[in-house]
Amino acid sequence: MELKTKVNAEEGKQDLVITREFELPLELLFKAYVEPEIIEQWMGTTVLHLDNKKHGSYLFETTDPKGNKYRFNGTIHEFIPDQTIIRTFEFENTQHGVQLEFLEFEKLTNHTSKLTIHSIYQSPEHRTQALKMPFAYGLSMAHDRLQTIVTNLK
Amino acid sequence: MNLRRDVFQAIADPTRRTILLLVASQSMTAGAIASNFDTARPTVSKHLQILTECELLTQEQQGREMYYHFNPKKMKEVADFIQPFQKMWDDRFNKLESIMKKHKK
Repeated sequence: MELKTKVNAEEGKQDLVITREFELPLELLFKAYVEPEIIEQWMGTTVLHLDNKKHGSYLFETTDPKGNKYRFNGTIHEFIPDQTIIRTFEFENTQHGVQLEFLEFEKLTNHTSKLTIHSIYQSPEHRTQALKMPFAYGLSMAHDRLQTIVTNLK
Repeated sequence: MNLRRDVFQAIADPTRRTILLLVASQSMTAGAIASNFDTARPTVSKHLQILTECELLTQEQQGREMYYHFNPKKMKEVADFIQPFQKMWDDRFNKLESIMKKHKK
């Protein structure tokens, strides 16, 4: 099945573009990026701080099944309701560096909308690192499962 | 489109990733692989078939036994890693969409 979310990452570049069309009015899509309790639900994270305005900032914390905590933070450079968020993103205590994100929210019809995220990384290598994350996470989950199986065999 | 031959589809499943990790450490027979799981033997056979079809595993007959080997070359094809990244965002956005649909008044 084809995914509704598209990722365009050209070879050798240090940026990528994520696009997605939603069966939601623009206002509801934007709201999902603004209300902390809604962000927590769909991102699966805890919002420790969120100040959605120019010169504002955010700090999120995610806990994995083992109880390890990961923090993400950034500074908000532009905040135009139902239209644009420009912000930085940093995954703390990693080698991923800081990325710059341009989020564009568009109305398609009264009931549909589109989100375009343009992310710029410090270098092509930093982009590769970030792209590898979900893949590596999947493998490490499998590895944990394997260890559980092996432990149960003993 | 034959999804079964898609490497990313193959590694999307946690049981298949576990099989790959098992076989990557040493070549094994189907029976030895199946003994690591609680799931029924035919289920494991199905997973082995999918992994073999997309060439992540290769089969070798040794006497009466069929051994499965890990094929690292094929794993390198997963090198651009974009699909798991895309899947992660798609899952997130699907969640966003379903939450906000309920949010509607």
